[in-house]
Amino acid sequence: MRKTLLALAAGLLLAGSVGAASAADKLKVGFIYLGPIGDLGWTYQHELARQALVKELGDKIETTYLENVPEGPDAERAIEQLARAGNKLIFTTSFGYMDPTLKVAKRYPNVHFEHATGYKRDKNMSTYSAKWYQGRYIQGLIAAKMSKSGVLGYIGSFPIPEVVSGINATMLAAQTINPNIKVKIIWANTWFDPGKEADAAKALIDQGADIIMQHTDSPAAMQIASERGKLAFGQDSEMIKFGPKTQLTSILDTWGPYYIARVKAELDGTWKSEDSWGGLDSHMFAMAPYTNMPDDVKKMAEDAQAAITAGKLHPFKCPVVGQDGKAVECKGGDHLDDGQILGMNFYVKGIDDKLPGK
Amino acid sequence: MELVEAIILSVLAASTPLLIAATGELVTERSGVLNLGVEGMMIMGAACGFAGAWLTGSILIGALCGIAAGTLMSLVFALMALGLAVNQVATGLALTILGIGLSGLIGAGFVGERITPAAHLYIPGLTDIPLIGHVPFGEDAFVYLSLALIVGVWWFLYRTRPGLILRACGDNHVSAHALGYPVLRIRTLAAMFGGACAGLAGAYLPLAYTPFFIPGMTAGRGWIALALVVFSSWRPGRLVVGAYLFGAVTILQLHAQGWGVGIPSQFMSALPYLATVIVLVLLSRARTGGSTAPAALGTVFVPDR
Repeated sequence: MRKTLLALAAGLLLAGSVGAASAADKLKVGFIYLGPIGDLGWTYQHELARQALVKELGDKIETTYLENVPEGPDAERAIEQLARAGNKLIFTTSFGYMDPTLKVAKRYPNVHFEHATGYKRDKNMSTYSAKWYQGRYIQGLIAAKMSKSGVLGYIGSFPIPEVVSGINATMLAAQTINPNIKVKIIWANTWFDPGKEADAAKALIDQGADIIMQHTDSPAAMQIASERGKLAFGQDSEMIKFGPKTQLTSILDTWGPYYIARVKAELDGTWKSEDSWGGLDSHMFAMAPYTNMPDDVKKMAEDAQAAITAGKLHPFKCPVVGQDGKAVECKGGDHLDDGQILGMNFYVKGIDDKLPGK
Repeated sequence: MELVEAIILSVLAASTPLLIAATGELVTERSGVLNLGVEGMMIMGAACGFAGAWLTGSILIGALCGIAAGTLMSLVFALMALGLAVNQVATGLALTILGIGLSGLIGAGFVGERITPAAHLYIPGLTDIPLIGHVPFGEDAFVYLSLALIVGVWWFLYRTRPGLILRACGDNHVSAHALGYPVLRIRTLAAMFGGACAGLAGAYLPLAYTPFFIPGMTAGRGWIALALVVFSSWRPGRLVVGAYLFGAVTILQLHAQGWGVGIPSQFMSALPYLATVIVLVLLSRARTGGSTAPAALGTVFVPDR
């Protein structure tokens, strides 16, 4: 319902919300955002990155963004609008913009496109995403150390590989600390509904979870955990304001360095179509400060972060055992390969739940 | 057993905004006006309610700001749909779009701020009774208000003369007009009541439910409230059943997922809608046959002078 509304709203707002662009010789860079820039989550982090870009290269470029652009046919129009307005590099920042971006890319061969979290590319269309599961692994270690009940509460959005691989990474890490750790998973079936996310957090806590982890966008779950005196992890952005004594850490999307690098390449004329799937080592995301935990847990988290960054620790180190008790085929040498992680559709052993649709 | 109490408390919290918004819309529709702008009025209530509470530190003032915002929005609707006799469906949809945009603008400066949520009632002795104390004696003011509101509306509609006149306007505006009743004025007042309720329902979200403001935080609750009015066949009693049933199934499906009952979560998420529709349809078939929609619902009335 909300999507439909946004579609209506965006259709109306599109004409109005295009920022002015005038100066002639500056490189024009466009951005398409899914939510409002004030969502405190996914879109907000892209906007922060755009601001960092402007700060770094503001004298050479001019940026325009369209917010609240729904995924689907409206997106194609919005992207085309940016292309027609003379933007030479366009970032489309949500998975659902994949096909619209590709279509526009074919019509505008001289414009370069950057699509976030997708898998379709063209000679003038790159993709970029982050290996968030690395961050989830660190969170799993912390969660297992900090949980007194031995039950973790996990709020999922949709059972897609990105979310499933996050749950698995969390559990694989937690099991190294406490082999009997349990996780309760509740799917909200939405990325954003503060009320529902809060209800899910309440349900998890009422059922005995004392650490709340989320893969949905609002700080509602953090706030509930804070009210109930439990601990929680943020998502996408810094949420410590909503739980000063609650947030352990948060996975922060930090697109800034990537945006700056790609725009520099465009300015130098060295831009070419690529697939960037960056982890902690490439600063595609960062971990918020480790807070509300004893020093030894903090040190463990920092050590794990350093090891993952250095490539010494892989969250999906073989053998990875599925719920059926069989080890998953190891295609990446001593760990699962990228394709297996990007398409992950199974739970690891130790999760007493059924993956929806399996 | 503590879990049961916790679940009931969550259900009441989840149902309250739906009940308040739907109560208002029920009165509006009973007067013959179809205002599809509930979602827009709610989100405006949320933004203004949070702004008011954050600036003054008072939940009460926040709630009043929410009510005022919803009422103002409904006046915009009344001006267009009643004063200028514009199509009500289109006007209501436009109101929702306007509300979503405008609330984002108003609320932009407050994103990331938090407030202390509305206090819960505490009566020493009563609230402390294990298992049964919190549900009747430990709610926030909105929950009690929502129940008082629906009882009041029932009494007004069925037990008072103005209520009868309001329903007459909804069933046959020409006759009501011929009898000398000011149809448009009555409808405007009904629409304003609907707006006030929607604003209050919206304000409930950032003032009590999730004490922060984020654009779009109503997340479709206004549409659910609208649907509840239809499925309750415009009767206050069934509306209460519908609202609490919807809230109950919403919360129970989350718990069921936590227990791992093995039913796909996508189906569970759809369950509140399914269950509410089925139960309300059964209810309305069992007692009375046919639809009880106000006969003049959504039709334009231009008085001949």
